[in-house]
Amino acid sequence: MAFPQPKPQAPQLPQHLLRTIDCQQGAVRAVRFNADGNYVLSCGSDKSLKLWSVSQGTFLKTYSGHGYEVLDADGSYDNSQICSCSSDKSVILWDVATGQVTRKLRGHAGKVNCVQFNEEATVILSGSIDGTVRCWDTRSRRFEPIQVLDEARDSISSLKVAQHELLTGSVDGRVRRYDLRMGQLHVDFVNSPITCVCFSQDGQCTLSSSLDSTVRLLDKSTGEMLGEFTGHKMKGYKLDCCLSSKDTHVLSCSEDGFVYCWDLVEVCSPLCFKVLNTRLINTFVMVSSRNEYASAGGRCRRLIFMFSLYEKLKE
Amino acid sequence: MARDDDGDEDFVTFGTALEPLEDDEPLRKPIPLHEQTVKDEKGRYQRFHGAFTGGFSAGYFNTVGSKEGWTPSTFVSSRQQKADKHHARPEDFMDEEDFGEHGIAPRQITTSLEFSSSRRDEAAERAKAVGAQAALIPGDTLLEELISPAKSSIGVELLRRMGWREGQGVGPRVKRKPRRQQQAEGGTKAYGCMLPPAGSEDSEDEYEEFAPDNVTFAPKDVTPVDFSPRLGVQGLGYRGLDPGLALLGRGADEHIDLFRPQSESRSRLFGDARSSVRRGGVAGQAFGVGALEDDDEDVYHRDSMSRYDTVLGGEEPGDGLFGWTAPQQYTKKKDKSKDASYLGKILEGFTLAQNPPEEKVIFPPPALPSNYRPVHRFRPQVDVSRLSGVSPALAQALKTSRGHMIKEDPQQEGRHQLDSGQRRTMLGEDALKGPSSVMDLLRPEDRQRLLNLRNSTNPTTCTPVSTDKSQVAKQDLLVGVAPPPSGLQQQQKVLAAWRGSNASTQTFKPFEKTPSKQARYDLYLDRLRQGDTDALEQSLDQTMTEWERSREREEFVRASVLYRPSSSSLSSRFTSAKHKEDEDSVEVNRDEEGDVDDKQNAVKMKMFGKLTRETFEWHPDKLLCKRFNVPDPHPGSGVVGLPKVKRDKFSVFNFLSVMESREMAAPPKPPESGKKSRWDVSQQETKGTSEDPQSAAQTQPETKSDHSSDPGLPASSSRGTSAASRTQEKLADLQSSEKKTAGDEEEQQEEDEEQEEEESRPSMDLFKAIFASSSDEKSSSSSEESNDEEDRKDKEEGKTDLQPANLFTITTSSVTTSSVTTSSVTTSSVTASSVTTSSVTTSSVTTSSVTTSSAITSNSHTGAASYQKSAQEELEFGPKLPPPSTPADRGGAAQICSQSREEFSRKKEKKHKSRKQNKHKKDKKKKKCKKHKHKQEKKSKKDESDSSEDMDKDDDDDDQVSTAELLKRLKNIQSHRTR
Repeated sequence: MAFPQPKPQAPQLPQHLLRTIDCQQGAVRAVRFNADGNYVLSCGSDKSLKLWSVSQGTFLKTYSGHGYEVLDADGSYDNSQICSCSSDKSVILWDVATGQVTRKLRGHAGKVNCVQFNEEATVILSGSIDGTVRCWDTRSRRFEPIQVLDEARDSISSLKVAQHELLTGSVDGRVRRYDLRMGQLHVDFVNSPITCVCFSQDGQCTLSSSLDSTVRLLDKSTGEMLGEFTGHKMKGYKLDCCLSSKDTHVLSCSEDGFVYCWDLVEVCSPLCFKVLNTRLINTFVMVSSRNEYASAGGRCRRLIFMFSLYEKLKE
Repeated sequence: MARDDDGDEDFVTFGTALEPLEDDEPLRKPIPLHEQTVKDEKGRYQRFHGAFTGGFSAGYFNTVGSKEGWTPSTFVSSRQQKADKHHARPEDFMDEEDFGEHGIAPRQITTSLEFSSSRRDEAAERAKAVGAQAALIPGDTLLEELISPAKSSIGVELLRRMGWREGQGVGPRVKRKPRRQQQAEGGTKAYGCMLPPAGSEDSEDEYEEFAPDNVTFAPKDVTPVDFSPRLGVQGLGYRGLDPGLALLGRGADEHIDLFRPQSESRSRLFGDARSSVRRGGVAGQAFGVGALEDDDEDVYHRDSMSRYDTVLGGEEPGDGLFGWTAPQQYTKKKDKSKDASYLGKILEGFTLAQNPPEEKVIFPPPALPSNYRPVHRFRPQVDVSRLSGVSPALAQALKTSRGHMIKEDPQQEGRHQLDSGQRRTMLGEDALKGPSSVMDLLRPEDRQRLLNLRNSTNPTTCTPVSTDKSQVAKQDLLVGVAPPPSGLQQQQKVLAAWRGSNASTQTFKPFEKTPSKQARYDLYLDRLRQGDTDALEQSLDQTMTEWERSREREEFVRASVLYRPSSSSLSSRFTSAKHKEDEDSVEVNRDEEGDVDDKQNAVKMKMFGKLTRETFEWHPDKLLCKRFNVPDPHPGSGVVGLPKVKRDKFSVFNFLSVMESREMAAPPKPPESGKKSRWDVSQQETKGTSEDPQSAAQTQPETKSDHSSDPGLPASSSRGTSAASRTQEKLADLQSSEKKTAGDEEEQQEEDEEQEEEESRPSMDLFKAIFASSSDEKSSSSSEESNDEEDRKDKEEGKTDLQPANLFTITTSSVTTSSVTTSSVTTSSVTASSVTTSSVTTSSVTTSSVTTSSAITSNSHTGAASYQKSAQEELEFGPKLPPPSTPADRGGAAQICSQSREEFSRKKEKKHKSRKQNKHKKDKKKKKCKKHKHKQEKKSKKDESDSSEDMDKDDDDDDQVSTAELLKRLKNIQSHRTR
């Protein structure tokens, strides 16, 4: 992994709060940026999915059609489609402009935890509590998945797609990476239920947070551990983690209501910052291009907070 | 109400007393309209919404018409409740009042719909009405109505299907009613007290006059006549007050007056259109005309004699009411075909009979003879025809004694004498598949026993046993060679089973692994099917030895018995499955995941990487690759996902995750081990041919060290080697018997055992299984030795002059033997001999003194004989032993062999010496060697190289033969051989 040059500077905490949005959809289960970071999707527990503009902070559209709380969503690369998954075991492909359901994909046996488009939005990948990842074809009218990846022995909690790679984190304590180009499945054993996985921006590492209150940075090719980040509290909730846009920082939610931020190289000192008076940050995302991140959660659990890390980290 | 009396206290008061009115009290104001409220029993206001909008209660909590309107219950998603089918009943939407006594759905026991008398059955009603007259309380048929059955009988149902409708009579349709006399007479006649009710046909008759000719009418319905006796004390014709009529005041149900058939009620009852305009008031016989009644027509009942018939049978009762008196048209003989035409509609599936059914003629029973006695006596049956050795005259007499002649010719027997087979042949039917009788299913022995039993009970009958026996004799003659009697019987049975069975149905191939044998078996089966009695002998290969043939014979017979064509026993009842499911295999992921414990430990130690990473072959779907713009990584592979392997369902290996390396470590060792066993020769051969000697030479020291270090080494190798050495020992002993010791004698016995084993050698696995437990000790002992050896090496290096280790004799011999393609046993013995005898030659002195019986030492115990001698031995031993090598090879190899042999023996010598010396130190050494073992396990490869280095060191010390030199020599040997 090509580390960016570590700069001898005091660790910076993002403090510039861009905006706070009360999205009024009950507890916010997930917030997701679109591909370019101009829009934010918020998944509510009131069965609705809402689209917001980041720059103005205005509400744009509600997508309703789920039968239960929406758990995850993803926007396609061209912003024309949204896929979302819900506790009602279904995955829905939305048309952004009209707000209509393009396709409703049923097949999972349990609630669907995570959903992701592939790069060209030709395939929707959804991971469910039934332990399977299903690959749905958006091009054809087929209602059966192209392939069902049932290697996991427990619920799939997180799922990410890079170019030709599929990274899944499962509650059985394993991070699986499906390499389509090589036709190989790499299984990394972590021995603790995985809550969130993601690729690093350079695509050389995988970051996985698990319920033993640890975030691990693993080398993608060998599976060796490059970094271990602790200090936060992650015992029972499915909380997110991510890497900053330049892979300089590792961020993770914590059950104490803080967002923890580690310098990638200087692992020893976690920095944490509190997002208002919320008790629990359950989700946040990072936008790769602009160093902004959105988080949602807290006691009222109805807010999206948006921060900008841009000024602080640009030096 | 309170009763006002003198003693107020003595009486019970009901209700609340009105407040005493006071005169001076001002008149109360009338309650305004808005205060006139009604409350239900729970105190809720009841508003009156109007009769059509719900009455007193409308809507949810009486909210209809109010501002809130009808408030529905709060919406609850029914997603979760969908599973438990919740059916809304009308009661769910009703108010409590509706369940009350006067509500819509009173919660009291009421008659259900099925038992209600709502069904309109006019005839029945009429009958009821008639019956009601006779009832004790006139008109009281309420109870009957309550419990009238819901379902009509099947007869009614059928009639309805045929076009009958309620209200019609049953019978042929009539064209036109005959003019009746009664028409002219203007009334019916009554006969006594049981008059048939005569309906008035005036209107119909009038109507009929206009009816066209081609229109037919259904006959009039018949009112059943009530035959119930009169129980009342009233006089004839009395009818009491009908409460229905009297109280309701409607003119609906008037009494039927049997004696006034023309009365209103009667005419109405029978569907008369004419209706009276009576209204209101109480009417009845006992009452007069009320004040409100307009008309006073026959209030009083008058009976006139003109209504009664005075002449019996004088006239036809053709009144259309075919009641209790049979109508004339039925009493007359009529054309039957015309009779059927009345059927309005013929039921589906039925046609009218063209010819009337013939009347059954019942003949009177035959008259019994006067001397008939109804007793039957059984006569002893004598089968004359089957009796042999009886004079014809006697037979004749016997026949006649039976009362009738038995026909000699079975063809002329009556059909009851024929059995099913004979009948079949007569009819030209094919034979049924399967056994013709139970006897065929029995085993021959059992059949024999049964027959014997039968014979014993019935000694006179000629037994079919004799024929059986003759058959057996014939079989014996045919077969010529005498297989065991049981085998013969089996053969017969097989023959019986297979004869005539279809060849194509045979799918089972018991000897599939050896095609030639299977071919012979197929031939045998074919012959069996043709009914060939000596099928077995013919199908066997004549070139085989007698023993082989007898074995095969046995096998074939057994196989054919076991896998008899199912057609012979039960095939006609069953069909075989089209697709054979392999039920005993399950799909298992080909690549098993490694041990989780190991990984957990690795995670604990934060040793991510190799320990926690596992990589599997994974096959993405073709379409998925396409969508991801990625070429298919495994083009042409049909699998999707992780590749699966079919495994035995109940295999232990599904549950044991055996490490691959461990599995691989054990088996290949025996062939490579320095001391070779006879069991491993086939593997050796392949090895010898495939591997070049150089690599073999390299592996040699490694395997040696492995042999010493690995405790898991299969014992069979050491055991085998000992055995091999013993056989050689025997050879040597034959040559030089003076070297025998007491210990050798013991071994001699073992030897014999070994040779016995040699003949029927079980598979390798069995040996492994047997000796797996004992392997540890032996191998440990061997390792111990080697370790001892190593320990002592530094000490003794100076003392002993060692020659180069005898490493190559083994390989050379193995190679040479591999070139000779004879039976494996002999070659193995040769290889073993070449090793052992060579070792013996030089170390004869030491071996004789050592008397321990361990497997390894026995190796060195072998009798002393020179190599040349042993070679001679081998030649003398017979055709079993091929020459160890060709003379041309010898030239190059022999020298080295001898050299290396010497070295080998030296080493042994040294070992023994040191053993003797250090026997007292053994305990100490053991500990040490254990340590060594551990070390060796840890760095196996290193050790291997070390040990080889040790060897080399020895070489350097003693002979100054470097490894390079050795390799060179090896190459030389190889080149010699290949040339």
